[in-house]
Amino acid sequence: MTIQELSNKLNNKEISSVEVTKDYLEKIKGKDEKVHAYITVTEEEALAAANAADEKLASGENVSPLCGVPMSVKDNICTKSIKTTCASKILGNFIPPYSATLWNKLEGAGSVILGKVNLDEFAMGVSTETSYFGVTKNPYDLGRVSGGSSGGSAACVAADMAVYSIGTDTGGSVRQPASYCGVVGVKPTYGRVSRYGLVAYASSLDQAGVLAQNVGDAALVLSEMSGLDSYDSTTVDYAVDYMDDLNKGCKDFTIGVPKEYFENIDNDVKDAIYKALKTYESLGAKIEEFSMDTVKYALPAYYIIGCAEASSNLAMFDGVRYGFRSEDITDLDSLYKKSRSEGFGAEVKRRIMLGTYALSAGYYDAYYKKALKVRTLVSKKFDEAFSKYDVIITPVSPSTAFEIGENENDPVKRYMADICTTPINLAGLPAMSVPCGYDSKNLPIGMQILAKPFNEKAMFRAGAAFEAAADFAKIQPEI
Amino acid sequence: MNYEKVIGLEVHAELSTNTKAYCSCKNEFGSPVNTNCCPICMGFPGILPTLNREVVNYAIKAGLALNCKIRQFSKQDRKNYFYPDLGKAYQITQYDLPLCYEGYLDIMVDGVERRIGITRIHIEEDTGKLLHDITDGSLLDFNRAGVPLIEVVTEPDIRSSREAEVFLETVRSILQYIEVSDGKMQEGSIRCDVNVSIREEGDTKFGTRCEMKNVNTFSGAVRAIEYEAKRQQEVIENGGVIDQETRRWDDAANQNFLMRSKENSNDYRYFPEANVMPIVVDDAWIESIAKTIPELPHVKMRRYIEKMDLPEYDAGIITSSQSFSRYFEEVVDCGANPKEVSNWCMGEISRLLKETEKSYDEIPVTPKKLAKLIALIDKKTVSVSAGKKVFTKMFETDEDPEKLIKEMGLSQMNDEGAILAMVTETVAANPQSVEDYKNGRDRALGFLVGQIMKKSAGKANPKMVSDMVKDALEKA
Repeated sequence: MTIQELSNKLNNKEISSVEVTKDYLEKIKGKDEKVHAYITVTEEEALAAANAADEKLASGENVSPLCGVPMSVKDNICTKSIKTTCASKILGNFIPPYSATLWNKLEGAGSVILGKVNLDEFAMGVSTETSYFGVTKNPYDLGRVSGGSSGGSAACVAADMAVYSIGTDTGGSVRQPASYCGVVGVKPTYGRVSRYGLVAYASSLDQAGVLAQNVGDAALVLSEMSGLDSYDSTTVDYAVDYMDDLNKGCKDFTIGVPKEYFENIDNDVKDAIYKALKTYESLGAKIEEFSMDTVKYALPAYYIIGCAEASSNLAMFDGVRYGFRSEDITDLDSLYKKSRSEGFGAEVKRRIMLGTYALSAGYYDAYYKKALKVRTLVSKKFDEAFSKYDVIITPVSPSTAFEIGENENDPVKRYMADICTTPINLAGLPAMSVPCGYDSKNLPIGMQILAKPFNEKAMFRAGAAFEAAADFAKIQPEI
Repeated sequence: MNYEKVIGLEVHAELSTNTKAYCSCKNEFGSPVNTNCCPICMGFPGILPTLNREVVNYAIKAGLALNCKIRQFSKQDRKNYFYPDLGKAYQITQYDLPLCYEGYLDIMVDGVERRIGITRIHIEEDTGKLLHDITDGSLLDFNRAGVPLIEVVTEPDIRSSREAEVFLETVRSILQYIEVSDGKMQEGSIRCDVNVSIREEGDTKFGTRCEMKNVNTFSGAVRAIEYEAKRQQEVIENGGVIDQETRRWDDAANQNFLMRSKENSNDYRYFPEANVMPIVVDDAWIESIAKTIPELPHVKMRRYIEKMDLPEYDAGIITSSQSFSRYFEEVVDCGANPKEVSNWCMGEISRLLKETEKSYDEIPVTPKKLAKLIALIDKKTVSVSAGKKVFTKMFETDEDPEKLIKEMGLSQMNDEGAILAMVTETVAANPQSVEDYKNGRDRALGFLVGQIMKKSAGKANPKMVSDMVKDALEKA
């Protein structure tokens, strides 16, 4: 059931939030042993929120469409009094005394939190395999990954263990798992949603997003959680302008297709997207191929900037004030070294090392500074492109969901899964993954739609138009 | 061989804003441990800093007062290092684009004016405090974490510990005047790092410098500079070479110790802080702050010396505090002679403030009443020494001096006949003194004057007494 459908039923008293919530909690009990999307299931909080939502709905007051709707939150978003682990041993027992601004908003709207969902440790990864609590499996094929880092979010929506989920996206962490699990994944413009309470991976790239069953749901949730926040100086005061125009189609759109984004992409993925472009043509949009050769520089620039910021952001996890502290300490030095060595997993350590190196005296100019130049160039190229195109369409990831353990010892090959998504974070653009078909193994394929900063309106219109017109048969995962 | 010292200073001053730099916690010294802190200044996961606009206002004000240019586009950066009192494990500071730059300060050192270049002033945040020796381990107090600071960095223009001391004192009083820092050394509001090198006199090339940390008093700065220059001189004279080092000043031991050599220096991995926006300042903003800057102490001091004829030392003391100089000027504005007012400020007022442990803004005698007392002394209604007694009483009660003079019976006796009678009587009663005076012993004059003053209970006009005694002795 989508948010809209469920909201209608709740408002018409066909069903109560407590009933729906209990139903979802049962689904989680039945399915999550196989999928492992949840790190923490918050049954008590969910039922309390559902009760409160029912009272609100019964009072007849004007409620948000999210009121009473059960959902989940990625476990790197702070939820007051609910464990927030970042899928790391170092925060394994961390209970924040505050909530992220976005969660305050959603909670205030009457959202029912079913639990906190899995991710790659500190959102660093493309598969949730780096989670301290184990991998989240793909509902379409339990031998495969759900993608990452918001793998828990994507899998729980795909397997109908939540109506929608909140994820975060630093280099593709909402869009890539959404693509792997056949759901819609939206990363809004940098600054659209407050990052306050989102445990930082890379501050200049992080942005919270939505994983939902369809474009309309995603737009609706985004509209409820976005906006200016005095606790986040990077947020802006732009009105939500995308809800009314959502179904206006894209007849007058010019869609740009950068050919470099289709290099080294699996044929099944390419074919699905080319087919989608035909659908757009049939809807009256104009398709134009163009060249954007910055793509090959964007990925290394992303990893340098992302790791550099991460090396600083993750330094606060030192075993002094909260979180994991090694038992075996003799002095301050060993407190730091052992708590961090034992508390972080291998991928997190790798990125901290990379980032520390890139910022070091003598290497700064060659790596970090150069990466910033690439970043400026990437933005400039997008600016140019958006002077011609309403939206740009690319693949989300070069392949569909890969097997658990595949390329385990080749991190660079792993990093390639983000080749089409990282440039968007460097430029701070809004982008979304929309399901556009399946490969030969019946695994979902996602198409990426991007727009210029704060033009979520165009992105959602293009997404909704395709969704309405798409003629491929939906496959539901058998869990 | 004669050596010249080359000194550069980095002065850290806590800004006296109401709230901290990046969160809304109170910026207050002396609160109970860990009561002025929150997840933001303690460095909790997911927190974000938001810059307090007042911090920028204060820093611009300091920059203008120190003749700096104000950068219209500056940014904030992270300085990364691990220490328990630094919750986030990075300090937000400004690296390559400080808010204020290229300034200077003219200081007056023993009658000579010296211009000290200011390289830059940037904003940053303070750390928390480690409390040792309370339990087996160490405890942390985050009240100070995130308190806004400015760091004033000078050019290596200072040539003696005395110059350094005057510079520090002048900077402190300027910051107090413009009300951006309370400048309380004992509360750690101002601290400094000192860079010292030496070179042969006449040499134009700089020697290798060493930086001393942990200098927390101005007198400590003087001793630290002298110690370090002597240490370097000894190394050189023993045929050694100065290594670029960071040394820790130990004030109690009155010496410094090696902290780290250049090879082991921290790599702070500065990079831009993405969570706060660049600081963009326009002319109107700068202008609105410039308007609020009062006459600064070193300018005031020069005016007192040149226009009011005050000695440099007195002018320095009075202008060191804005309240003191305001008081001084208010008394002068009531018509009193500046030099006389200065004498009262330097003498009785300073003495009584010290005795009663009051500060310059707590002088209990209103300027108008002091001016009145000075006028009464000028008119010889009361003698200077009796006037001091009256002032001591005024300091307790702030009563009218004229009324007090009457009540205390301290009106000066100016009656020529009455004084002459006493003089005649006293001279007659002390023939030995007359004899001594004639034999050239001037002390006899003083003795006789003293006797008469005593007789008059201190009320006789001393000048008249002295003149008449002299006259009587000459005639005797």
